[in-house]
Parts: sequence; structure tokens; C-alpha cells
Amino acid sequence: MDLTALGECVVSLSCIVTQTTSGLIIGALLFLVAAGLTLIFGVLRVINFAHGSFYMLGAYLAITGYGITGSFTLAVMLAALGVAAFGVVFERVFMRRVYGSDVLMQLLVCYAFVLILDDAVKIIWGPEFKSLGMPAAFQVPPLMLGGGVVPVFYLFLISAAALIAIALWYVLVKTRLGKIVRAAAHNPSMTSALGLNTGVIYGAVFAVGGLLAGLAGALAAPVRSSSPGMGFSILIESFIVTVIGGMGSVSGALVGALLIGLIRSFGSIGFPMFVEGIMFLSMAVILVVKPSGILGREGR
Amino acid sequence: MRGPSRRRDLLLALAALAVLAVLPLVFSSRVLTDFVIRLAAFGVFATSLNILVGYGGMVSFGHGLFFGGGAYAFGLLMQKTGVSIPVAILGSVVYCALLGLVVGAICVRLKEIYFSFITLAFQMLVHSVIISWSSFTGGDQGLMGGIPRPPFLGVNLAEPLPLYWFACVVGVVCLLAMRHLLETPFGYTLRMVRDNPERARFVGIQVWRIKLAAFVIAGCFAGIGGMLMALFVSGAYPEFAYWTMSGEAVFMIMMGGLHVFLGPVVGAGLLLLFNDLITKFTEYHGAALGVVVLLFALVFRRGVTDFVGQVRVRLVRSGRP
Repeated sequence: MDLTALGECVVSLSCIVTQTTSGLIIGALLFLVAAGLTLIFGVLRVINFAHGSFYMLGAYLAITGYGITGSFTLAVMLAALGVAAFGVVFERVFMRRVYGSDVLMQLLVCYAFVLILDDAVKIIWGPEFKSLGMPAAFQVPPLMLGGGVVPVFYLFLISAAALIAIALWYVLVKTRLGKIVRAAAHNPSMTSALGLNTGVIYGAVFAVGGLLAGLAGALAAPVRSSSPGMGFSILIESFIVTVIGGMGSVSGALVGALLIGLIRSFGSIGFPMFVEGIMFLSMAVILVVKPSGILGREGR
Repeated sequence: MRGPSRRRDLLLALAALAVLAVLPLVFSSRVLTDFVIRLAAFGVFATSLNILVGYGGMVSFGHGLFFGGGAYAFGLLMQKTGVSIPVAILGSVVYCALLGLVVGAICVRLKEIYFSFITLAFQMLVHSVIISWSSFTGGDQGLMGGIPRPPFLGVNLAEPLPLYWFACVVGVVCLLAMRHLLETPFGYTLRMVRDNPERARFVGIQVWRIKLAAFVIAGCFAGIGGMLMALFVSGAYPEFAYWTMSGEAVFMIMMGGLHVFLGPVVGAGLLLLFNDLITKFTEYHGAALGVVVLLFALVFRRGVTDFVGQVRVRLVRSGRP
């Protein structure tokens, strides 16, 4: 515990700027992963425990894509589309078979994939830590804001996540596609009775979830080192985010992700060993006070 | 009505104990005795989780909390207070009961996936406390320096054979106790709460009390499992209270089958055996385990004991004209 350091930080502008940006980075990545998780839960009532592995797959695909093409844009696209395709296969071939059974069966199938994908990554990319390296376009001097250092890539990452959040909101709320997805979430049997193919909707939701997780992995690859098993910690944190924000609520995931991001970045100064504890404590408190989360709907 | 079945359980337990007791005298293999000790610890742990999952319909993702809790309470009592082993066991069970009472009082009011998540949250909270309170718990290194095992009542658990017999007796007695408990009116009330909580409420049962009682009892037995493990490895590690430990217990009951009382024990044996064998053949132990799990979930779609049970029913039916 070093609460004096935390106290010194919150009165210094440069420290606030640095910690806030790093908190926003964590929050942005967490949002992308948690948004897919919460979307899948909202529509299918299934918790995709393999979602962290989607993120890992995205990071590794980006590393390979960047190695081959040398273009970060192409690498990100490869990662996003590759993981989206994987998401569809995962849903249509495997998860589809356990919707009727209880949550433990779904947990088993997902956990099996966590184990298999971790080892697959070990076999294909090796067990050691890997990094994509900073793409050439972002190798520029960092910005100085109020005495705090802000790398340009951080700004890019935060704005990319913000754009995706807006796009996701637009699609879900303003388009026919979004209406169909919300209808399937609200009443799947009625939706299929109206002639909409729920199988296609479910596959599409997993594709979007995979796309977002793949994007997150690719965007994280330059700033975080990748290793097999990296999906585990982001999965747990995304659980916390979805529970805090409200399971099934995408805007809740945004609020939760930013909250957890800031708790992590400021907490690492004041109580580095107990950051996880604080996160789980907040999750437990939310579950006791309002199980549906900050922005989740009551009932259901 | 249940008198004869109770006597049958007792006889079965005694027979199992007799076989286990002579086992190391026939095959003097350290691998075998070590396996049985671990099986006792994990069998009790997985069966205790099945009280919640199979009989109570409460899917806990945080049962490792009590496995770790029992291991640490026992280890710390032995290291810091110098009490005898039976007293330390009693102390760790009391500790787990209190922990179960506090955590359970908060958790059991939540339903379904929310119950799963809050149990996960509490488990990880305690895991964080273990990691960060390193002056007391040894932090991420675990309880260092070994757990003293002074002899009591002429039993010296520092010797491998007495430790083996002790683990067998504790394991069988715990299983028998849980079996007995699930056959009492309490056990049947718990099943009713699982199947139809509304109806249970109408006939005047206080549902949350039954659930809380099950949570506390399951926690105590899981603590005994953790205590056995701490005795065996002579230490306690934060992994005992990590969520992967709860995940393994879930694995065990799913592999063994949650509709037969001894299913989780069978599952524990299978998983331990599989882990031991597979690490000999390949370093990609996770992928191999993953394929097996996938096979269980998608092809068998049920645990081993359920599978055997169904085949038996089918045979009996086809035998009839």
C-alpha cells in the first residue's frame, strides 16, 4: 500500500494526464472485448468463456499479418476478419450443440477451446512473449499534454475504440439489422416465428463478437506483449466489466470498461497488489446492490 | 424405508476402506498411494461442490475459495499456534463454516448466473487478499517452510503410510457423511428447492435458509479437501483459491456425472489419472485435455456414471420380454 503516492499523483496534472491516458487505453481494449461478450450474452443468453482466446487469436494474427505485409492496417483487418470467421465456425459447429443444455456444458465446451487454443498458439507461434513492435506510422515523438507524456498510438487506439463504440451504437439502435438483433435478444422464438433465421443471427452475433475481440487483440499487439494464456486475464476483467455495466448492455460495457481502466491505472500507484481485489470487490458490490448492473434492464 | 440403504452405504464404505487399507501392503508403490491421497482430497472437494451444483442447482464458480480457505487455515494454525492436528482440523472446518456463512448469506439470494458470478468474485477477492497480505500468508509464494506434522494419539502423519491411511479414513468418512446428509429430509428439501423453489416456498420452506445451509456444509467439506491437500504437499498455495481450482472441480463433476452420488469421485479420479498420464506423453497437455473435454461435452453429453447408468437401464429393459 502506498496511498501517499496516489495522493501525490492526483494533485499533479502531469501524473493525472499520464494515468488517465493509460487508464483509457486499458478501458478501450476492455470495452472492445466486453462489448462482444455482452452482445453474445444479450442475444443468446450464453456466456462465451472462450472470448479471451478470441482476443489472443487477434493479437497473434496481427503479429503474423504485420510480419508478412508490413502494413498495420492490413494486419488489423486480417486479425478482425480472421477472428470473426473463427467465431462463426465456433458458434455454428460447436456452441450451437449445447444451447439446450445447462450452463456447465457451455462452460465445458468453451473451456476446452481455451485449452486447445492456448496450446495451438504455443505450437504455431511459440511459448515466449511476442510483440508486434510500434508500427512505422506511429514512430513519432509523443505529445506533451499538461506535462504528461501521451504516445500518439495511445490517442489512435482510444479514438479507434470510440469510433467503434459509436458505430456499434448506430447499428444496434438505428438500423434494421440492429432491430432484428434486439428482437432476437428479446424473444428468440417469436423472432424465428416471424420468419427470421435465428441461426444466421446467432452466427452473425458471434462474428461481431469475434470481430471486436480480434480488433482489440490487434490494437493491443503493439503496446502489450502477447503470450499464450493472455486471454485468461482479459476474460476475467471483461466479466467484471459486463457485470458492472449490466449483462447484455453494450453502453454498460463502455461505462464498466472505462471505470475498470481508471481503477487499474490509478490503483497501480496506490495499491498495486490489491488492484484485482478492488475490481472484484466492486463486482461483488454491484451484484449485491443491483444484480442487473449499472445500465442493465431489471427483470429477465 | 431408507434404513437398509443406509446400512448398505455403511457396508460399502467399510469395504472400500478395507480394500484401500491393504492396497499399499500388496502393491508397495509410492505413485499409487500418492494418487489415492490426492483422490481423497479432490474427491471430497468435487463431491462437496456437487451438493451445490447437482443437488441444490446452485452453480458456484467460486468453490475453490473453501479449498484454499481450509488449506490456509490448517497450515497457518499448524505453523503459528502449534496446536495438535485434530484441533487444527477442527479450527479450519470452523473457519470454513464462518466463511461460508458470511459469503453465503450474501450470495444465495442471487439466482442462476448472478450466483455464479458473485461466488467467482468472492473467490478472487480472497485470492487477492492471500496474494497481497504476504506478511501473513506468504503472498504468491504460498505458505513456506512446510507444515509441521507432530504425532497425535500415536499417529505420525510425517510418515507416508500413516498419512495414506489417514487420508483414506478422512475421505471415506466425509463421503459417507455427505451421502447420509443428502438422504436426510434436509437433502430432499434441497432437491425440492432445486426443482421447484416456488412450491417449496408455498409449503413453508424458507428457501434461502436451505440454500445457505447447503452452502455452509459444502464449504466445510471443501475445506476438509483443502486440508488433506495441505497435509499432503505440506504447504498451501494461492492457486488453491484461484478460479482454475473451481474450474477443475466443475470439470470433475461433469466428467464423472452429477446425478450419481459417487460421480464426482469417479470424475476426480479420471481427471487426476488423465493429467498424470498425459504429462508423460506430451507437453501439449492443455490441448489433449481440451479434446477429451470436448468429447465429453459434445459426444457423450453426460458424465461417465450417467452413461453407465443409462446403458444398464437399457440392458435391463431389453432383457425383458
